[in-house]
Amino acid sequence: MGRLIRLLLLMGSLLVAGAGAPQQAAAAPEDLAAGLALIAKDSFNDTITGIYAIARSGAPHSAALVEALHDRRLLIDTANQKVFYRDTAGAVRDAQSNDVVATPPANLTAVRLNNRVRSAASAALGALSLMNPDPARRIQSAQAVMKSRDPAALPVLEAAIAAEKLPNVRKELQLAWAAVTFSKSDAPLDKRQEAVALLRDAGTRDAVSVLRSLPADTAAPLREATTSAITSIEQRLALWGYAQNIWYGISLGSVLLIAAIGLAITFGVMGVINMAHGEMVMLGAYTTFVVQEFFRTSAPGLFDYSLAVAIPLAFLVAGGIGVAIERGVIRHLYGRPLETLLATWGISLILQQAVRTTFGPTNREVGTPQFMSGAMEIGGLVITWNRLYIVIFAGLIFVGLLLALRYTPLGLHMRAVTQNRRMASSMGIRTGRVDALTFGLGSGIAGLAGVALSQIDNVSPNLGQSYIIDSFLVVVFGGVGNLWGTLVGALSIGMANKLLEPYAGAVLGKIILLVAIIFFIQKRPRGLFALKGRAVEA
Amino acid sequence: MITRALLTDDRTGKWFLAIVLGLAVVVPLLHLAVPPSSPFHISTATLALLGKYLCFALLALSLDLVWGYCGILSLGHGAFFALGGYAMGMYLMRQIGTRGVYAHPVLPDFMVFLNWKELPWYWYGFENAWFAFLMVMAVPGLLAFVFGWFAFRSRVTGVYLSIITQALTYALMLAFFRNDMGFGGNNGLTDFKDILGFPVQANATRAALFAASAVALALGYLVARAIVASRLGKVLVSIRDAESRTRFLGYRVEHYKTFVFTVSAIMAGIAGALYVPQVGIINPSEFTPANSIEVVIWVAVGGRGTLAGAALGAVLVNFAKTTFTTGFLAPYWLFMLGALFVLVTIWLPKGILGTLYDFWARRRPAEKSAAKSETVPQPAE
Amino acid sequence: MTTLVPTDAPAPLTPSLLYLDGVTVSFDGFRALNELSLQIAPGEMRAIIGPNGAGKTTMMDVITGKTRPDTGEVLFDRGVDLTRLDEAAIANLGIGRKFQKPTVFESHTVEDNILLALKGDRRARHVLMARTSAEEARRLEEILEIAGLSAQRERLAGLLSHGQKQWLEIGMLLAQDPKLLLVDEPVAGMTDAETEATAALLKRISAADHSVVVVEHDMAFVRALGVKVTCLHEGSVLAEGAIDTVSENPRVIEVYLGR
Repeated sequence: MGRLIRLLLLMGSLLVAGAGAPQQAAAAPEDLAAGLALIAKDSFNDTITGIYAIARSGAPHSAALVEALHDRRLLIDTANQKVFYRDTAGAVRDAQSNDVVATPPANLTAVRLNNRVRSAASAALGALSLMNPDPARRIQSAQAVMKSRDPAALPVLEAAIAAEKLPNVRKELQLAWAAVTFSKSDAPLDKRQEAVALLRDAGTRDAVSVLRSLPADTAAPLREATTSAITSIEQRLALWGYAQNIWYGISLGSVLLIAAIGLAITFGVMGVINMAHGEMVMLGAYTTFVVQEFFRTSAPGLFDYSLAVAIPLAFLVAGGIGVAIERGVIRHLYGRPLETLLATWGISLILQQAVRTTFGPTNREVGTPQFMSGAMEIGGLVITWNRLYIVIFAGLIFVGLLLALRYTPLGLHMRAVTQNRRMASSMGIRTGRVDALTFGLGSGIAGLAGVALSQIDNVSPNLGQSYIIDSFLVVVFGGVGNLWGTLVGALSIGMANKLLEPYAGAVLGKIILLVAIIFFIQKRPRGLFALKGRAVEA
Repeated sequence: MITRALLTDDRTGKWFLAIVLGLAVVVPLLHLAVPPSSPFHISTATLALLGKYLCFALLALSLDLVWGYCGILSLGHGAFFALGGYAMGMYLMRQIGTRGVYAHPVLPDFMVFLNWKELPWYWYGFENAWFAFLMVMAVPGLLAFVFGWFAFRSRVTGVYLSIITQALTYALMLAFFRNDMGFGGNNGLTDFKDILGFPVQANATRAALFAASAVALALGYLVARAIVASRLGKVLVSIRDAESRTRFLGYRVEHYKTFVFTVSAIMAGIAGALYVPQVGIINPSEFTPANSIEVVIWVAVGGRGTLAGAALGAVLVNFAKTTFTTGFLAPYWLFMLGALFVLVTIWLPKGILGTLYDFWARRRPAEKSAAKSETVPQPAE
Repeated sequence: MTTLVPTDAPAPLTPSLLYLDGVTVSFDGFRALNELSLQIAPGEMRAIIGPNGAGKTTMMDVITGKTRPDTGEVLFDRGVDLTRLDEAAIANLGIGRKFQKPTVFESHTVEDNILLALKGDRRARHVLMARTSAEEARRLEEILEIAGLSAQRERLAGLLSHGQKQWLEIGMLLAQDPKLLLVDEPVAGMTDAETEATAALLKRISAADHSVVVVEHDMAFVRALGVKVTCLHEGSVLAEGAIDTVSENPRVIEVYLGR
């Protein structure tokens, strides 16, 4: 804190001439006059000094003047040592008063430019926006300065810091100041040390790249401070990076869970190889799309609530189609798993094509409700709201399903039928109905998955295809017939995938993972949480 | 001699070989010797198409050997096909020599484009035809052997096996899509010029490739037939029907499965190798899991466990595909294919040939021995 | 056949062909076998009885290598440790098994079923080239004769009646020429006449110097066999001895036979 105050004082003393509040137009009219006088001399060095004076002046049209200079529209009446400029509309104005001059003097010449003048003008323009009344613009320009690290911007930057009242904007300005000061080889050592400290505390990737740019021949004390600052930032970044990857892993795991959990019912509990599972997910996503279209056209004000309608509807649509598939096809194929696989694959082709002919082959736009867009930051961790909601949604589905299987009559009947079909049947359970409803439940949950995935993935007829193999691997990896296995399977595959990615890249990481799972299944053909005993032996 | 011994009891086989070998002679003749003006002339496009069908027939045959006779439903046979195709493609790429766009004497165009300086080690040797042809068989064979050895030893069976074979071809697809794998990324290998010194595009070469495909299919049939007719073939069927019983009789099921899986993969590889010069390209989309599943439906349509039926199914389904994917029916092809999957599994579980066998057997019970006249849940032959 | 002179085998010397000691198997906490010990002498026929869940089938699974015991010794024929071998290796040592549910190769003919079971080299490369030898043909005839299936030899096994399938499976066991036969409920679902014939067949097999272990519920059948009986209960031996002794044992009556 003390350091900060000292810094501010230092800057303040530097800015004796232009002290005050730069945003206020009448702050330093004498700067404007002095600047113009310098420019009127039309020597490069004087022009540059003049530019800074104008920038410092805070005159409302100072930006227009500097811009005009840069574009060769700043004109001098050499005879009278007066400065004019032609505005973008073509009218000639007096540089001091900014009034339109009806009859400009005859022999006006443009102020001469060279590269030094031009870059000074650019810097001054950047600096001028540092004092823009809009805080967002100020932050933007501060970040621009941080990137360019133009030493010419330093005086204005210092003025801006002194004037700044909003703490978050000031922070950005100071960071920009630090970046410039640090890179300026002729800046005093203590200032540069100060800059290193500021950059270190900021701890961002940009800060690291600024620190990295230090020439190797710099004097030892600064170099050492820089190196230690880099190490400290990188350690912190790496830590946050791990946290971020773990979050990505949880996020991917929840997506896998959500896609696979319906399959854990149809495949895991019923033993039906449903290759059309992915298409149930896709149908859920398209249901979301249709619901949203309806809201867009009929009740745009309620758009944020569209998901509340889409969720139950997707469940019903996918579940209903699931029941139809079970009654129409799968029922005839019980006990023939490989045939079931083929028939459901056929169904998946039909569903894909049906959607393709209805909605077209291209991606459809599914909107994200206001409350689900954007992200929150915890330290260096960026968590997007939609991902967070999906994690929560996946958790809710998982818990809901667990409870449903344990406490509802359907759950009881389901377990009875899967454990001993004949016994269940002779006890009066209508096994056919239970089969259909169980399959409908699994499919309906796939539909829910579709609602969630529509928020993060492209809604296209191929949506389901991209999840089917992963889903099967999750269920098999976790252990068939065990919801907890599916949970652990999904999270560990998601985590492994995201932790591999930084080292191997996305595609290679995925390949490594696939191969690893193939080997794992060979080692433990029944998955992580295998049911053991006589009953499962074929 | 052996052929005759094999076929004495195989009437379908005789017909099958007669037709395939007949095609090997007649189709090239109709293409080369009959003038284009004649209605009997076979155009280049048709020739290529027919050649493609024969390669698919061989692929289906190879799948039938493992699925129909040993109960291994591989959803990754497309991978072996594609690997054979890539081995052939690599040979054809090396034959381009300096005629590529960049005219590099050694590196294929895509490597020059990627700024590679030298040939990766796994491309060595592919300039030799014999080496490449060996690899056509060795690469799929070795992969199948290693994969099968681990999977069958751990007793991964049924749908679990199907799922991991699917994961295998999926992983390979992702791998081959990568540019730095050195197989041309998603463009694959194409722009071939010569095969064994003959221009790939020339009519005579195409005719020869067609004949080669037909001969390969006939040989594939004979090999498969020899296997299923042997005592080993009977063990395979035993494994299919009652795996653990077979174990308790003292047969090492994993050895048998690995053997037949490897043989089948080699056949699929050869099919892929013949396919590539005829269609002129090989790219990673051949690894798509959907492709491999489609092969299964060819076999199912023709009749699993009938060998000739598998080949028939491949030709029929692909003929339907070519017919329906062009013209106004094109948007409905996937509906038809999907319906085919559903209907065949429910209504025609034995496929065309299996159902025909049953029908004949019922028509002429007296003619045949008792064993042949009766139907059982799953046909052995 | 095996001479049971004690040899220099590392395992405990025993005159038994099959020797189980302290075998325990549990599935998810449930103990299917609990410190089971059992010995079968060469050429002996033994009947195993016991209520459902007594561990009879699990015992067979352990002997044939399908299930690995958690603890305990399973030795065969001069000390071969069966717990280290897989099903195929155990079968090739000379242990044949007949399942509770008749399991034959339904899409093979009766002849082929027996042919595949005949003792011989089981390695794939040998089987690929195998031709039926004169000796094999002779054995085939013999076994078809014994199993009473000569007339059915060309039929597909899937078309046989239930009883014929049971006999075919016993025929396949004979074809294996094992030292030890494990027979699980051979007369389930058979008529009385078939049951008697089966008992006679098993006795004939045993007399030909094969050891036989029969698991059976049918007490009349067990009585007809007239051999030593072992009663299992909750995974261990409850009683052992002649049928009359065992069937009068109060514990056996309580848990199995009923009062």
